[in-house]
Amino acid sequence: MTHPIYLDNSATTRTAPEVVEAMSPYFSTSYGNASSLHAFGREAHRAVEESRGAIAELLGAQPEEIVFTAGATEANNLAIIGSAFSSNGRKHLITTAIEHHAVLHTVEWLRTQGFDATVLDVDPTGRVDPEQVREAIRPDTLLVSVMTGNNEIGTLQPIEEIGRICRDHGVRFHTDAVQALGKVPLPVDAADLLSISAHKFHGPKGVGFLFVRKGIKLTPILHGGGHERGRRSGTENVPGIVGMAAAAKLALGEQDATSSRMRALRARMIDAVTQLRGTRLNGHREESLPHIANFSFEAIEGESLVMRLDERGIAVSTGSACSSPNLEPSHVLIAIGVPLSMAHGSLRVSTGRQTTEQEIDEFLDVLPEVVEGLRAISPFKVGE
Amino acid sequence: MYTERVIEHFRNPHNMGKLEDYSAIGKVGNIVCGDVMWLYIKVDPDEEGRDVITDISWETFGCTAAIATSSMVSDLAKGRTIDEAITLTNQDVAKELGGLPPIKMHCSALAADALNEAIYTYLSQQGREIPGPLRKRHERIAREVAALEKRYEAFVDKNRG
Repeated sequence: MTHPIYLDNSATTRTAPEVVEAMSPYFSTSYGNASSLHAFGREAHRAVEESRGAIAELLGAQPEEIVFTAGATEANNLAIIGSAFSSNGRKHLITTAIEHHAVLHTVEWLRTQGFDATVLDVDPTGRVDPEQVREAIRPDTLLVSVMTGNNEIGTLQPIEEIGRICRDHGVRFHTDAVQALGKVPLPVDAADLLSISAHKFHGPKGVGFLFVRKGIKLTPILHGGGHERGRRSGTENVPGIVGMAAAAKLALGEQDATSSRMRALRARMIDAVTQLRGTRLNGHREESLPHIANFSFEAIEGESLVMRLDERGIAVSTGSACSSPNLEPSHVLIAIGVPLSMAHGSLRVSTGRQTTEQEIDEFLDVLPEVVEGLRAISPFKVGE
Repeated sequence: MYTERVIEHFRNPHNMGKLEDYSAIGKVGNIVCGDVMWLYIKVDPDEEGRDVITDISWETFGCTAAIATSSMVSDLAKGRTIDEAITLTNQDVAKELGGLPPIKMHCSALAADALNEAIYTYLSQQGREIPGPLRKRHERIAREVAALEKRYEAFVDKNRG
């Protein structure tokens, strides 16, 4: 192995060289504040609006429907809190047990502010039943928030169907589509609000956007100079926004080729790993984002598995308790019913546009040895 | 986040595996909580009749820190008399490893607890008197396991809706 193998692309991705190049002038020469009147400012303003236009066109949206943010955590907060505080007295939200914490913890916080929430269960593959959404809708439901594809296990949700149900009931629908851009078609037509983060598709960190369907009112959560048509104050991150537009062009332009390559790599991993003893696939074999595969290994713990693989030059991640700051295992794995012992031994492998078949094969070569090495010092035996 | 010493012990752990001819085992932790350590000790009398831990090994399910602390506690206890080994603390284990991240300090506690439990089991089997501090720690360990299990049950209940 000549170089480290990066298989943690759902955590973050390498900023593509062409993206870095597109951003570069906005640090060095065109560094103006997009709100300034002078030539520097006009240059920056033009770059921001061109990027907005490009992103809108790629999505099939209007430019004024794109609100730039500092990433998807902010986009999710704006979508949820912004809806809650402009709801004309409606007090109820619906979400699912497997959302990212940027959604779940925001909904949890709203509960402390006088709002009520229903958190829907998922099936053992991580799928939400659209009928459950229909049944949970109340006259005072202000928002349904269901992610497009899960960041830990990859499972895709029936977003079109959920979107239809929400529209039929006149309820606003938000989807966290962070892992979806460049991997599967974005459900822009089904959603009223949709969150995106640039660094998940080879763009820069610290920038994202919220798609806000025309006519949807949001109370801002950041107050200040009234940027983004009053919806998000704060000086625009010009290089970030330019980089995000460049990355989106790249990702959507090559989506079919990249995602079919990723799908093949994922199938290859699933076939190989599930043949090893004491393993399971967490998630859905078919209805999944193409770049994420999540496995559990009996009798071993995920953090030490990640560290052993790291020593061999392979970067992956785990949903084990020992790897989390609060020593709790992944809420997603628990929600799909993975036994605690197996949740501790989970491994998430996620590919990127640069991942090669050879890298996957090297990972699959090293994995059994590392797993058995840890099992040899474990008090538990496979099948016990 | 981990010191070089921790990584070294994680990479090449000492005294790992099951001891075939052991005198007692100390079992601590719970798979539900993500850390389990089984410590095996072989105890033999020396010329002066003192109980000495002549051999030691362990099997651990857990993170990098759990494996490194297992390795370290086995190094520290090997060749010691039971009376000496009883005085080993989790701070001793962590210190010998050049420190542990604050969130991982419980792993060194687990290692010291495993040694405590192995010695407790050994003395109980021999029908010997259990020193006060050893008994006290034994009771604390049991209480903590129960509390952790409760906490995890609550976490699972909450996330399965």
